[in-house]
Amino acid sequence: MTEKNRFKTFSVTLISVWLILLVLVPTLMVIAVSFMTSNTPGEISPVFTLSNYKAIRDPLFLQVLADSFEMAFITTALCLLVGYPFAYNLSKYKGKFKSLLLVLIIIPFWTSSLIRTYAIIIIIKTNGVLNNILMAVGIIDEPLRLMYTETAVLVGMVYSLLPFMILPLYAVLEKLDGKLIEAAKDLGAGRMRTFWHVVIPLSMPGVIAGSMLVFLPTLCLFYISDVLGGAKSLLIGNFIRNQFLLTRNWPMGAAASMILTVLMFIVIYIYYRSTKKTGREAI
Amino acid sequence: MSSENDIVKLESISKSFGGHGVVYNLDLCIKDGEFVTLLGPSGCGKTTLLRIIAGLETQDFGKVFIGGKDVSIIPPNKREVNTVFQSYALFPHMTVFDNVAFGLKMSKVPKAEIKERVKEALDTVMLSNFADRMPQNLSGGQQQRVAIARAIVKRPKVLLLDEPLSALDYKLRKQMQTELKHIQRKLGITFVFVTHDQEEALSMSDRVVVMNEGVIQQDGSPKEVYENPKNMFVAKFVGEINVLQAVIEKTVNGKLRANVEGRQCRLTKKHTYVEGDKVKLLLRPEDIRLEHIKDADSDYPLQGIIEETTYKGATLDSTVRLDSGTQIMASEFFDEDDPEFEYKTGEKVAVKWVDGWEVLLPDD
Repeated sequence: MTEKNRFKTFSVTLISVWLILLVLVPTLMVIAVSFMTSNTPGEISPVFTLSNYKAIRDPLFLQVLADSFEMAFITTALCLLVGYPFAYNLSKYKGKFKSLLLVLIIIPFWTSSLIRTYAIIIIIKTNGVLNNILMAVGIIDEPLRLMYTETAVLVGMVYSLLPFMILPLYAVLEKLDGKLIEAAKDLGAGRMRTFWHVVIPLSMPGVIAGSMLVFLPTLCLFYISDVLGGAKSLLIGNFIRNQFLLTRNWPMGAAASMILTVLMFIVIYIYYRSTKKTGREAI
Repeated sequence: MSSENDIVKLESISKSFGGHGVVYNLDLCIKDGEFVTLLGPSGCGKTTLLRIIAGLETQDFGKVFIGGKDVSIIPPNKREVNTVFQSYALFPHMTVFDNVAFGLKMSKVPKAEIKERVKEALDTVMLSNFADRMPQNLSGGQQQRVAIARAIVKRPKVLLLDEPLSALDYKLRKQMQTELKHIQRKLGITFVFVTHDQEEALSMSDRVVVMNEGVIQQDGSPKEVYENPKNMFVAKFVGEINVLQAVIEKTVNGKLRANVEGRQCRLTKKHTYVEGDKVKLLLRPEDIRLEHIKDADSDYPLQGIIEETTYKGATLDSTVRLDSGTQIMASEFFDEDDPEFEYKTGEKVAVKWVDGWEVLLPDD
């Protein structure tokens, strides 16, 4: 066996063991627990039941699920709206601050995102920075009520996840062949039509990858809606957390997270299909 | 120079990039239906000039006219020219059909007409059966054809070609040269072709514009440029050439007697030089004739020693070191009737050339 082969075997084995112990086994355990019974909080008895999944038909839970998907969808759309122009201009920018601009996107990751979420409170709370400035300038007479609203959660989500949208978009737009844009212009397309017919279709792989990286975490993040949305906005992430930590109904929490996992798989499958169609050929 | 049927007219065009001048105060007129080649080494400004005509680059000074209209500040999408890019620049997310149809869609041509015209364009480049393919599933030569079809489908006044054949292998390039020539004749569109390949330039064009360092060195028919280069740059860039040092010694009835590489030679063609002028005498390798020296006493004007001979199939190429030390190349066609047509290394030969085929340039 050659040196290279040995390294290959070693790394593949390591990753396999890692994935089996830390992903496959826990997932199987969650699946198992989701079919068990919990009579008193914190206790699981190995009696098979489907009641945990039946409980999901509860309109309250369905509402939470729908809210979560809506939140994820709006967050993704906003990130795309804000991130695309940024990524596009960054990829066009030829000046000397290019790498600095890229670093600025990444710098927030140096601080825990929980701390950054608390920092948002300081800005948007009733006598926070934003309200004080707006009142000082005279735009508003009394403080805006921003904390503990859906808007606050949305701001937090977009703020936390924007880099995940910008980076894949930038990677794709950076590689976009400038000659194609010239060719489009040469063939009579103005700025808007060049963008619509050439730039957007060719950046679809980045749009899809960025959307995935924003959409899926938004579904699971619970602390942002906890910190900024308070008790009012309950998302699927919060629901699962509550089942495990507050109500201590583990089988119920397990069932909810299985449903989330299945839904995410469906989203990823759609993503996979779409990249097969547009992405692979475009790059 | 300028006349009514100039399709492209460039007036004192200058362009620089970041302080580096690329094109200097350049004037050029191109007639309708002409096949003009901009020839020059890389960095001579030929591609920049093409991009200025296309509108993809804006000149710093000067004016661009297309079809008599001043388009100096008109963006590329509103100019009636189309470009075949060196890298083809086919849209990877569109089929061959959609690539070719793109320009027509942009000018809002009705769908039925688009279909017809795309088919016609693909027929012209012999790719009718490839309409549904994606560009990346085509060979380099086929992609090249798509790029041409996409550019001619709009029937532009001028077709600009930026080294379109440079990525193809030798055989394919030869074939495409002929095909491009046919397409140009069939469509009657003016072609402005950029290349650094002098052979390509000579064989395809009606007119060759030789450029160097942002300035036109010579502008003429392929024959003129090859046989009567205006300066040393053109002489050396277009084809192989031998350079001999000469001094004019006497003019007799307009004809010259010159000292060429230390030997007396008579030049039969009329030249405008006078006694005492230092000149360079230029000879194409194929204009040189070598002769075996049988009689050692004969007084041949130029003599040399064979250093190397290379068999080239149709020709025999010899390197000769003249007595003066200058090295020259001779390229002679084989003579079926002469079995002795070969030279031994080290053999002494006489160097002659066809009377009047030499070119004299001032020695600066």
